[in-house]
Amino acid sequence: MNNMSRLVGLVALITFWCTMPHPVFAQNPSRATNQLPEMELKDMEGSMVPISSLYESGTPTLICFWATWCSPCKRELNNYAELYEDWQDETGVQIVAVSIDDSRSVHRVAPYVNSVMWDYTVLLDPNKDFARAMQVVNVPHTFLVNGEGQVIWQHNNYSDGDEEEVYEQLLNLTP
Amino acid sequence: MKKTLWFILASGVILQGLQAQGEGSGGNASDTGPVSGNFQVLWQSYSEDERIGAIVPPEKTGYNAYGNLRYNQGGFSAGFRYESYLNAVLGFPGRFKGSGIGYRFARYASPSQNVDVTIGNFYEQFGSGIVLRSYEERALGIDNALDGVRIILRPLEGLQIKTVYGKQRFDFDDGLINGNGIVRGIDGNLDLNALLAEKGGQDWKTKVNLGANFVSKFQAGGTIASDTLVLTLPENVGAWSYRFDLMRKGWSAGAEYAAKINDPSADNGYTYRRGEALMAHLGYTKRGLGISLHAKTVDNMSFRSDRDVLLFDSPINYIPAITQQHTYNLAATLYPYATVIAGESSLSAEIFYNIKKGSALGGKYGTNVSVNFAAANGLDTTQLSGVEGIVDGYERSSWGFGPTKFVRDFNVQISRKVSKNFKWKYTFYNLEFNTLTTPVTTTFKGMVYADIHVLETQWKTAKRESLRTEFQLLLTDQDKRDWGTVLAEYTWSPHWFASVLDQYNYSNPNADDRVHYLYAAVGRIEGPHRLSIGYGKRREGIFCIGGVCRAVPASNGFEVNFSSSF
Repeated sequence: MNNMSRLVGLVALITFWCTMPHPVFAQNPSRATNQLPEMELKDMEGSMVPISSLYESGTPTLICFWATWCSPCKRELNNYAELYEDWQDETGVQIVAVSIDDSRSVHRVAPYVNSVMWDYTVLLDPNKDFARAMQVVNVPHTFLVNGEGQVIWQHNNYSDGDEEEVYEQLLNLTP
Repeated sequence: MKKTLWFILASGVILQGLQAQGEGSGGNASDTGPVSGNFQVLWQSYSEDERIGAIVPPEKTGYNAYGNLRYNQGGFSAGFRYESYLNAVLGFPGRFKGSGIGYRFARYASPSQNVDVTIGNFYEQFGSGIVLRSYEERALGIDNALDGVRIILRPLEGLQIKTVYGKQRFDFDDGLINGNGIVRGIDGNLDLNALLAEKGGQDWKTKVNLGANFVSKFQAGGTIASDTLVLTLPENVGAWSYRFDLMRKGWSAGAEYAAKINDPSADNGYTYRRGEALMAHLGYTKRGLGISLHAKTVDNMSFRSDRDVLLFDSPINYIPAITQQHTYNLAATLYPYATVIAGESSLSAEIFYNIKKGSALGGKYGTNVSVNFAAANGLDTTQLSGVEGIVDGYERSSWGFGPTKFVRDFNVQISRKVSKNFKWKYTFYNLEFNTLTTPVTTTFKGMVYADIHVLETQWKTAKRESLRTEFQLLLTDQDKRDWGTVLAEYTWSPHWFASVLDQYNYSNPNADDRVHYLYAAVGRIEGPHRLSIGYGKRREGIFCIGGVCRAVPASNGFEVNFSSSF
């Protein structure tokens, strides 16, 4: 079989696989899964922040894993920044940007965040302890967490327009 | 083909199984109970391509798979990672073989977090990692997890003490294989504001963090003969560091000094010189502006649990590179810089600035500008002669730059949103790169002088659709000369994406090497599940994450990547 027919066969298979019904993919927003782990991370001021304090206000929290070297991560958080004020008014959501920059680039986090004027809580996870506990394979990876600290929805990767999906999930979570 | 079919069917079965588990538990907060996990599969097929040097291994395909499962209940957690290399995808360590458990642990953390005990495998970092960092960078095949016991105590508010004792992961052959060396260490971190909270420390405008650590490794010794000398290898080698971090309003400053006693190894030619490192940073930031300055000198600070191994094997510490980690293909993979392990002096400066929206320069939405400069040279040293030369090699005259230039990396980036649906980003790089000291290419030895231009555009074509393009040009008179890259990526949010990438070494001195490296990929994303399939040519090059780089051979064929977490 030559390479072209292999390619056609694989594309057909992937199309079949992706379009057949996968109930597990249709993440019902009313169904919570895992509880956030009990950990502490440093913020950009060097203070320890317990993960539980992120959702103690009872409002939804959007936890976004990112890094200064990750272009789609920055696109995601920059696009959310334009909508953040409206999202907060409508749903009360708090965005928490968790940087996995290691010691090579962790000192770039605060200058970058301030220059693009994100109004998010920014936490540092330089050895990926929190990312591992959240089963993050690669960034960007975004979690929507309810007011009880349960992960309601998650998404790996970012494409322009994903904010529409995030907004729908936020509305589903808001009474 | 059959393998791909099996992979696709198996993925479907696994996910259907997860769904059944979810439905069985009633679909409430205990959907997957206290269990979480992730899966990742990478499969490649290989076709021979003499023009790019792509070879076909005897097994014709490469297959890496990883599955993490973790059980959490209150303060208790336990988990394992199942790994499979049948055989390892080219570019990963070829000695990783078979299937088995590569990582397992059990951990208890008290509700107050004052006591935290882990047995089995764990990842840990002391300070910046210059003395101890165990971590996994799966895409590079790097995993130096410790296997032993870790205890973290918080005896006072603001004081954290970590102790580790274990061996390091070294290899994988149907399961985890640890190296022989023993690593033990202790780290203390003091958050002065939290410690003095009763005296109003949390309200101080200045935040102070102090830290110190000591790490020792043990490896059975012996003697080595060098010239007329017979030298005894030290069995126990200690390294330590002190650090501080200060923050006040928008200012931040910090430094870490590290040292290591004599540690003859393959990295330093079995000399007995002490190791030293000094790193410092200063930053200022306010809304719309960020400035960051760094200086770093590292002298003979390679620290491994096995003195006889090189490259990615058994590192205890992590020495970050001074240069920015680039993301665009040509800048990131042709001449990426990693710290020269023998020693270097380096500095960097970076400015981020937002030109306000509504201003003449900022435009309707504002414009972001960043400027970055990094430089690294060899150490300022004098070679010793005679017995001293054999034993210590050289002496360092200062912490400053020596005469040998390693790298200069200057780059400017401007990003601007033009309209609701269109934005662009332009990046210019000026690079001077010494391929003698950082051998990232086999075709040229000396200084490469390169300019790189990258224009990225993003066009939102519909409410949930967008087209992203990259046009890259690398111009140099050295090595393989000029390269061009074009990337087009179309996404249908939130599920589908398709991309085409073409790299073309259009002015290679050898006309036969002027090859188009064409690669196309499609994929689907469903929440935390991602499947992509690609086909095409990938050039021989350097793949880097976090300042650590691995050479990846040229290849031609299919690549299927699946990842899922729950």
